[in-house]
This record gives sequence, C-alpha cells and structure tokens, in this order.
Amino acid sequence: MLEINDLHAGIGDREILKGISLSVKAGEIHAVMGPNGSGKSTLAQVLAGNPSYEVTRGTVSYNGLNLLEMAPEVRAQNGIFLAFQYPVEIPGVSNAYFLRSAYNEIRKANGQEEVDPLEFLDLVEEKLKLVDMDESMLSRSVNQGFSGGEKKRNEIFQMAVLSPRLAILDETDSGLDIDALRIVAEGVNKLRSPENATIVVTHYQRLLNYIVPDYVHVLANGRIVKSGGKELALELEEKGYDWLQGAGTAGAVA
Amino acid sequence: MSDIAAKKSARENPVVATNGAGRDPSHRDLAGSVTTRAPGSKEIYREDFDRQTSAPTWLQTLRQQGMARFQTLGFPTTKNEDWHFTSVAPIAERTFRPAAAGGVIEKGDIDRFNFGQSGWRTVVFVNGAFSKDLSSDAPLGDQVRVTSLASSIKAGTAGIDRYIGKIATFEQHAFTALNTAFMNDGAFIEIGADAVVEQPIHLLFFSDGEGVSHPRNLIVTGRHSRATVIESYVSLGNSAYFTNAVTEISLGEGSHLDHYKLQRESESAFHVGTVQVREERDSQLHSFSLAVGGSLARTNIYTSLDGDAATCTLNGLYLTDGAQHVDNQTSIEHIAPNCPSHELYKGVLDGRSHGVFNGKVYVHPEAQKTDGKQSNNNLLLSPTARVDTKPQLEIFADDVKCTHGATVGRLDELAMFYLNSRGIGPETARILLTYAFAADVLETIELEPLRVELEKMVLARFVETT
Repeated sequence: MLEINDLHAGIGDREILKGISLSVKAGEIHAVMGPNGSGKSTLAQVLAGNPSYEVTRGTVSYNGLNLLEMAPEVRAQNGIFLAFQYPVEIPGVSNAYFLRSAYNEIRKANGQEEVDPLEFLDLVEEKLKLVDMDESMLSRSVNQGFSGGEKKRNEIFQMAVLSPRLAILDETDSGLDIDALRIVAEGVNKLRSPENATIVVTHYQRLLNYIVPDYVHVLANGRIVKSGGKELALELEEKGYDWLQGAGTAGAVA
Repeated sequence: MSDIAAKKSARENPVVATNGAGRDPSHRDLAGSVTTRAPGSKEIYREDFDRQTSAPTWLQTLRQQGMARFQTLGFPTTKNEDWHFTSVAPIAERTFRPAAAGGVIEKGDIDRFNFGQSGWRTVVFVNGAFSKDLSSDAPLGDQVRVTSLASSIKAGTAGIDRYIGKIATFEQHAFTALNTAFMNDGAFIEIGADAVVEQPIHLLFFSDGEGVSHPRNLIVTGRHSRATVIESYVSLGNSAYFTNAVTEISLGEGSHLDHYKLQRESESAFHVGTVQVREERDSQLHSFSLAVGGSLARTNIYTSLDGDAATCTLNGLYLTDGAQHVDNQTSIEHIAPNCPSHELYKGVLDGRSHGVFNGKVYVHPEAQKTDGKQSNNNLLLSPTARVDTKPQLEIFADDVKCTHGATVGRLDELAMFYLNSRGIGPETARILLTYAFAADVLETIELEPLRVELEKMVLARFVETT
C-alpha cells in the first residue's frame, strides 16, 4: 500500500528526515516511535502533504501512485487520513458542516453521490457512539472550546466517518488520560480491517497496550534506527531511547 | 504544485495592527491637491442649489445654511483627520447634476432586494424621489406613520423641524452640509409611544444614471416603542452615480430600534451615507451596517448616548474586491452615565481593494460607569488588498470600563491545511474560512431572512473565477 524510499524532508534549510524507508501493507498496523525531535511528526505531516515541509529526496508510492505529487486534498480523497497532534480550531464552522463537506468532497472525487444533511446525520450517529461523544458536538464550531481529550476524540470520530484506507495517528495519545486513551484506542481497533492500514506515531509505549502493532520502528535523528515486532516497544519502554540512539546513530544527538 | 505555492504565499498568521498601520504617505499628498484641481465642482453645486424649487421658510433657511457651510468647508481632503485614509477626489473632481427622478425600475425589480419578503412594508425611492407605485403599503397600525419626507414637508407636518438638521449637524461635515442644502425627499418614520412594530420597514433606494441624489430620512421613536428599519441602497446597473444620504434618528425613552444599513450600490457608484442618532434614557440602538458596493464608499454611523442607561450595539461587515475603496466611520458619544456600548466591525478584502475602519468612542466627564467594547477585525485575501484601521478611545471620566482592539490577518495556513487534509480543496476551504471569519458578526443579525441572504452573499462573494 505504502512504499517510502529514502525520504528526505525538512523546513527551509533544516533537514529533519534523513532517509526514511518503510513499507506498509494493507491490514497492518505500524508504530513509529522515537524521542522528541526525531522526526516522527514530520513524517506524518509529509505523508499528509503539509506544504510547510519540503521533500528534498526520495520517493513515496501509495497504491502505485506518486504520493509526493498529490495535493493534500487529493491524498485525502484517495483514502489518506492524518489525525493531528494538535487539531486546529475553526471558529464559525460547525463540526457537522465541516465533516459533511469533507465527506462529500471525498465522495465526489470518487464518483459517488453527495449526501444531504439528514442522511449524513444518520450516518454519523453510530460513529459518535464509537468515541463516546454527544450529538451536540456536531453543532459546535470545529474544535473550538474543546478539551484536549475532546479534540483527540474528534479526530478519531472524523476518521471513523471518512473511513480512510491509510490512517496516520500523530501522537493521538499525548495529553490523554487513561479513559480517553482507551476510547481512542477502541475506536481505532474497531475500524481495523484487512483492507486498511494504520501508522501510529507515538512517544510512549502506553498506547500500544491498546492498539497492538504488527511492526514497531524507532526513529532517531531523522532515520529509522531499529525495526521489529511489538516486543520492541516493550524493550524500549524498559531501556529508554538512549539505548538505541547510541547504538544506531553513532553518537548523533537528537 | 502551483496552487500549493500560491496558497503558501497568501498565508500568514494574523497580526495585531497598530493604529493606522500600513498607511502610504504618498496617498495623502495625492489627495491634498484635489480641490485645486477641480475648482468647478463647488460652483456647480451652488448653481443647482439656486435652481431648487422653493420650500417652507424653516427648510429654506436650513438649506441655505447647509449650502453656505458646504461652500466654506469644501470637500474634505486627507489632511482632515476624519478622512485621513480616504481621498474623495473621485467625487470632488466629477460633475454630478441632480439625478433625474423616475428611472426605469419595475415592480419585479423590487423582488431582488426584498429578501423574499413581499409582505414587508417597502418604501421605494428612485434616484432619491419617493415612488408611490413601486412602494407597498402593508398595514403597520395606527401608531406608525411612514411617509415620504417631501409629502410631509408639503403637508406641513408638525414637528419635523424639531429634528431635521438638529441631529445630523453639519458644522464639520461637508457631505451632511451638502445633503442639507439639497434636502427634499426621503422617508419619514414616526413610531408612536408603546407601539411594537413586528414587521420591518424597508426603505429601498434605487439609483441609476450619472447624477447625484441626497436622500434625507428621519426616524422618530416614541417612548417604549419598538421597531425595525432597513435602509437599502441598490442599483440595477453599473453606472457611476453618487448617493449622498443622511438619516437622522431620535430614540425616545426606553424605545428600541433595530437599524440595518445595507450599502449594495453599483460597482462604479459613489456613496456617502451618514446615520446619526440621539438616544434618550434607557433606549436601545442595534445598528448593523453592510458595505459591499461602490467604487468609493463611506458610511458614517454616529450615535450619542444622551440619556442614562441608553445602549448601543454597532456592528458592521464590509466585503471588498477589485479596486474598491470602502470606508467605515463610527462614533459613539457617551454623554450620560451607565451606558454600555458594543461594537464589532469585520472586513474581508480581496483584489487591490482598500478598506478603512475608524471608530471613535468618546467618554464625556459625566459618563461614569461607561462600559465600552470595540473591535475591528480584518481578513486580507490577497497580497495587494489593504486596510487601515484606527480604533480611537478618548476617556474623560474616571470610573469606566473600555476596551478596544483591531486585527489584520490572512487566512490561517494551518486551518487551510487541516481542511485540505480532510479532502476539502483550496477553493472550498477559502470560502469556508472566509465565511467562518464573518460568521460571528452575521449571527448578530436578528432578522432571519436578512441574515440568510447575507450569509449566502458572503459564501458567493469570494469565489475565484480563475
């Protein structure tokens, strides 16, 4: 589904990703872990097409398409979804209007008919339960006045409604208490299917108790320094990031 | 790739503007020479003034005072503090003769501007003159008088002269002086004591041709009455006429007026519109001013809180593009104590357009316990659009709470990416974010048909045609 090959990217003159290669197949969950500043979030942003980042080298192929040439909205229309680490507040636009616009834009791009507000309401009701959110949130402005936990749940709710093929969760666990974390993880697990893939970007092993990955990759200083199965996450938790940073990057300081 | 690059260049986080940020000094010099370049125009107004038909003595005197004052003041230049960012050279240098009454307006044309409300009392003026045929006379009850000013003057309606020229003073206002000199027609609305008028009264001013009209309106509300008045300035074509309107409003004790001024003139038109209000104790003014039309337009909303605990809410929205210049000036005089005033003006500017906001809040020494809040927020959609914002606060009382602020920003880059990442393309995202910017001020419009139409207008206005 996703083939990342020698990806280099950064902001301005600062290179953050220094040659990432990663292969994700349908049905898989990959965890990308690493200390602050290792480039985890940059990877997530670059895959979603944030124009603030510049790709300087490498290729990313998504279902045979050149992902790097696609505008962010085209990526979304092709099934890519990024759950933001810091979801953006948009005062004046209701969640319902925002999400229905997104849903319909994606349907239009895929040659499907748009849905009207009532049909849409039916469709989102069960998804709201999935993240334990009240219907009243639909009429509130996008993320405005939401608590940290509500914002993250709203991201998972959007993901549930838009049902992406490749979901990228950027530190969705950060700042969540254990109850919210469970709700978010359950949401992700329920959406898991043999056709979909998920990349979970996280700093902590904690989330991976709830979302069990097939593969774990450790990022340090813009490179993947170690890959392994789910047990790698536990090992990391025990030994800390220093253990790998020293080994994998020959003295580089992240 | 190219539209990503374009988005990138148009993105910048909002910044707080300093007073009068970004003013181009050369602008002032250019306009300073206006009156010397067009020595003829004042004389032409004088000639047309002398040709006016006679009027009752009180009006004749008032007109003469207006003309004399206009001749002394001349058109304002940008050296005048109230006109710092707006050169009226395009008006001063042109010759506008009195607009021909009549014009080709048909009943069906009204429907385009009545918000789907054919049942509302609609008073139509064509080039400044009342049109009985085009107006509707939905019943409003015995307590309400809605007539043309011309007919009220002719009929010698008692009391008009108690208000006319007393509220809209022209000592320092050249355009009001000019309007006074040519005052002839407009609307006269009188709401009796305790009357609650559910239906809005819509004053609809059509203009065409290349002339000038000077509509003069008077609204007087009795004690504890309640009413809604809409003033719409519209055109069917695209001609370069000049509207110089003045509305005087007297709010009686405990009365409540919702006033909407909708400036939707033709894109070549010139518009100067002043609404001047005096508020007695416990009265409430809710003013909403929309400015979307005209090549050069100026709206003045002035209110004076004369009586204890009078309140005012002045809201406004201006949407500009192309080479439009749209100026909004407000003034709130806190004369009496215990008066709250709230003000929110928002501007969305595209193309090479130029917006101006100048809001004055003046708290007199007796006006203790004043609670004033003023803000002006602007969204620039293009790199060549410009706005000058100047919120002013002058306080001469010591026990008051007043805040003011202004912002100038561009579409938020992060919000744009957030929408894009959900499958919403840049064009739709731009419209959505622009709408979102204007949403809170639109929400203050209590008249639903009006709000719905203005919301649609905002959504449709900045669709890129490329």
